[in-house]
Amino acid sequence: MSPTRVPVVDGWFSSEGGEFRLLGTCCRGCGAVYFPREDVFCRAPGCAGTELTEMPLSRRGRVWSYTDGRYRPPAPFPSGPEGEWRPYTLIAVELAAERMVVLGQGAPGVTVADLAVGMEVEVVPGVLGEEGGRTLTTWHWRPVAEEAS
Amino acid sequence: MTGEVAVLGAGMHPWGKWGRSFVEYGTKAARAALADAGLQWSAIQSVVGANTVRCGYPGQVSGATFARALGWQGARVTSVYAACASGARAIDTARAQILSGMADTVLVVGSDAAPKGFFAPAGGERPDDPDWLRFRVLGATNPAYFALWARRRMAMYGDTAEDFARVKVKNAAAGAANPYARYRSPVTAEEVAASPVVADPLRLLDICATSDGAAALVLGSMETARRLGMRRPVRIRAVSSVSPSHPRTALDLPDIATDSAPPGSPASDPFRPSIARAAYEEAGLGPEDLSLAEVYDLSTALELEWYEDLGLCGPGEGAKLLREGATALGGRIPVNPSGGLASFGEAVPAQAIAQVCELTQQLRGQAGERQVAGASAGITVNQGLFGHGSSVVAVR
Repeated sequence: MSPTRVPVVDGWFSSEGGEFRLLGTCCRGCGAVYFPREDVFCRAPGCAGTELTEMPLSRRGRVWSYTDGRYRPPAPFPSGPEGEWRPYTLIAVELAAERMVVLGQGAPGVTVADLAVGMEVEVVPGVLGEEGGRTLTTWHWRPVAEEAS
Repeated sequence: MTGEVAVLGAGMHPWGKWGRSFVEYGTKAARAALADAGLQWSAIQSVVGANTVRCGYPGQVSGATFARALGWQGARVTSVYAACASGARAIDTARAQILSGMADTVLVVGSDAAPKGFFAPAGGERPDDPDWLRFRVLGATNPAYFALWARRRMAMYGDTAEDFARVKVKNAAAGAANPYARYRSPVTAEEVAASPVVADPLRLLDICATSDGAAALVLGSMETARRLGMRRPVRIRAVSSVSPSHPRTALDLPDIATDSAPPGSPASDPFRPSIARAAYEEAGLGPEDLSLAEVYDLSTALELEWYEDLGLCGPGEGAKLLREGATALGGRIPVNPSGGLASFGEAVPAQAIAQVCELTQQLRGQAGERQVAGASAGITVNQGLFGHGSSVVAVR
């Protein structure tokens, strides 16, 4: 039996309608967008809004910066069984429409050598790790393949 | 300007990994500061502790913990927490008490016994804590954030790994002359380049260690300083305590994302420069008036960022200022003549107080081999998790 797949955090991403998207929220009063989602109060200082609606974020953005983790991070990161640590990349991505930067891990196989500031990337579903017999799912950023022109 | 307070005494416990209690370090630093002020503990009217969240309940009521260790004597007691800015917040609290007339003599203490390796969030299942979430969801350690900023500098300004190494070499040279520093050996660029990568592009020697350490100050009113016969005390002229402006568009600890800027809105005031600007405005001076600066060099690359945020040079010109030697001992504006976090390591609630201890020694002309000639004004700056910014200006 394959392990149950559960999102590492509920309500931050979804594949509804077949397309994988990060889910933020948007204040109905002032239009401010939040990720991770803000569901109770708008945080804009001049806004008393309390109605925030779910909103999928842009699928693509440009690399703001990137790095990797050469050493195992401390708990609660689900780094699996003790063993050799395999570095993963972290990519901060600027979403033009939302004018915000969202951090995420790079897709498997994406190393810092594959990245450059300003490069276009897209969000894809990914696996964070195994924990307690469950597979924790997450989002990854992956460079967009050059499209033939 | 809101008025000045006097630094009556300053004291520290050497940084290192000593394996002792933060109470011991803090109490020793406090006794050193009291001795430096020439005051008995019984003459202190208020104690302000900068909290250490790692050291259990006593660490979170640090003011009372130090008051108890020194001997209960009825003083007013306060404990503050603001992550890396805790020490500066403690100084700010003491200053407010003095300027409002609530107390004439205030002891400020910050002390930590830090674990080895990466700082980690408090335990448990706590998805409502952004600090817990960034470790849980991304494994994003503090050095990962430092590295994102370092890489961004390389892409935007052409900074190189060699520039970053130069910061370490400079600070290690200064720290070698500081008896309170943990690392007291010169470091070469080759040694930085040979150290393992922690978070690309930053190497182990680009990133500050975690350390035990403590620092304390006795602050008082100018009237008290006169009464004690201090004719030219070091004076604290400004303590900036600003928070960021919404939308905060620079990715920073411990956030997974920035705020979004509404369509068509102008960019908001960036946070780090606003910390220094508030201090300059309050002190009635500017970067051109400074003799030295103590900045929070959690990473080598971050020190270059602070040069620009303090207005010591224009945006993107930090590495140039460094290469010219302006920020080294003997340069036009020495930065981190104490050796900085590169030489001390980080003892979170103590470091911002230690920065002011260094200003005090420099402004008194007591800094020995690392003395900045004719020092008359200095600034410290640091930034704490969750939007705490702090900067202290001291003059003599």
